[in-house]
Amino acid sequence: MPAGIVSYGAYIPRYRIRAEEIARVWGEREDMARSLNVFQKSVPDLDEDAVTIAVEASRNAVKRASVDPARIGAIYAGSESHPYAVKPTATIVGEAIGVDHQLTAADFEFACKAGTAAVQACLGLVSANLIDLGLAIGTDTSQGAPGDALEYTAAAGGAAFIIGREDLAAEIEGFYSFTTDTPDFWRREGMAYPEHGGRFTGEPGYFKHVTSATLGLLAKMKTGPEDYDYAVFHQPNGKFPERVAKRLGFSRDQIEPGLVVPWIGNTYSGSSLIGLAATLDVASPGERILLASFGSGAGSDAFSIRVRDAIDEIRDRAPKVRDYFEDVVYLDYAVYAKHKGKLRL
Amino acid sequence: MSTVPRFWRHIPQRYNLVGTHCKNCDEYYFPPRTICPTCRRAARMEDHKFRGEGEVVTFTTIYNATDDFKRQTPYNLAIIELSEGPRLTGQVICSPSEIEIGMRVRPVFRILGKDGDRGIIYYGTKFVPAGGPI
Repeated sequence: MPAGIVSYGAYIPRYRIRAEEIARVWGEREDMARSLNVFQKSVPDLDEDAVTIAVEASRNAVKRASVDPARIGAIYAGSESHPYAVKPTATIVGEAIGVDHQLTAADFEFACKAGTAAVQACLGLVSANLIDLGLAIGTDTSQGAPGDALEYTAAAGGAAFIIGREDLAAEIEGFYSFTTDTPDFWRREGMAYPEHGGRFTGEPGYFKHVTSATLGLLAKMKTGPEDYDYAVFHQPNGKFPERVAKRLGFSRDQIEPGLVVPWIGNTYSGSSLIGLAATLDVASPGERILLASFGSGAGSDAFSIRVRDAIDEIRDRAPKVRDYFEDVVYLDYAVYAKHKGKLRL
Repeated sequence: MSTVPRFWRHIPQRYNLVGTHCKNCDEYYFPPRTICPTCRRAARMEDHKFRGEGEVVTFTTIYNATDDFKRQTPYNLAIIELSEGPRLTGQVICSPSEIEIGMRVRPVFRILGKDGDRGIIYYGTKFVPAGGPI
């Protein structure tokens, strides 16, 4: 029996800092924004974290398709910034969206791709008829050390997907994953900021994994880039997804609707899933979407998705990704540092 | 801030504004009451999840906070009248120049506080101005 996306929701905090403001503080080149194709990034409020973002995104997902939360049999929350080292994010989300308590839950971590791993776990349980609905979340308030290259992109946001068998807004036709042990980015227990291998994160990390997963999926599905109306690739910055799309034979038009990183930055576990949500915001029934996430460490999950008629019914019932681009509040570096807890009181 | 069991008991009201409703006199209560002070023995109480939409009845802006809230100053505390009737105290997240009496608000899920660096994180409901793009 086909399975897929019954509903979806996204959430992006209201605050932004411009890349040029970060560059000004650290004496970097002014064209940093253009070289990364990230002009600004989202910043969480003082009282927001990966849990509150997950709750807002999940509430949007529940609202969009008027899903009865009691039907949800599994919640998997993917993040690399779970507020607790021990104590699940998923249980707080469950309580906040009003689930019946007969459900399984766990937190996932796989750098930027924990959210798509959560989608796969839900898909497995749903396809095997073990649960009715599953809730998969990618959420992060990611960290970049002051002055580090990551500081220009490490942002906050999340997306939640309700996976099921009936009343599908989009069918997940298949997926293909590619995973290796590649130490391109990591954060040790107890450390405030992650470390990365600089340029090493590109070719052996992002490009190798995203390319392998995407080509594997295309071969498995017997499809080519021309069979998809849209493509979403993980967005650590604005350059990588453009470059990998070109390399794989996808056009600028195919990736445009899902390319949100120039305006919100890299939302880590939320990144490719917010891109998918932004694409579902505009896709028509019958159209096909290719999604490929990337998580450092490293792996990529590629999905082939076909949009169904129900999308038109549910789309407008919850805020769309681009609604969160409006009415934003810009912060200077000092207030941004306060928001991110970089100032110790 | 408060003890763990005390916070745990309040989770339904803090996360989802779960109060009570007396089916006998149609009165709504928040925080929840186990008996209806009007109907007494005739009361028929049920749980009620408030939508969380309401109006600012009055407010104050805090500039000098306790240590737990220092980082958030200035912030607005308001008495909010929920659409169903009950009034509660809550934080309204917006600039002090933006908040005004009569302003419509909607609920959001936020961190209410943290028990130091080692204790639990208290989540719950705050409010933002209604009618924005979201």
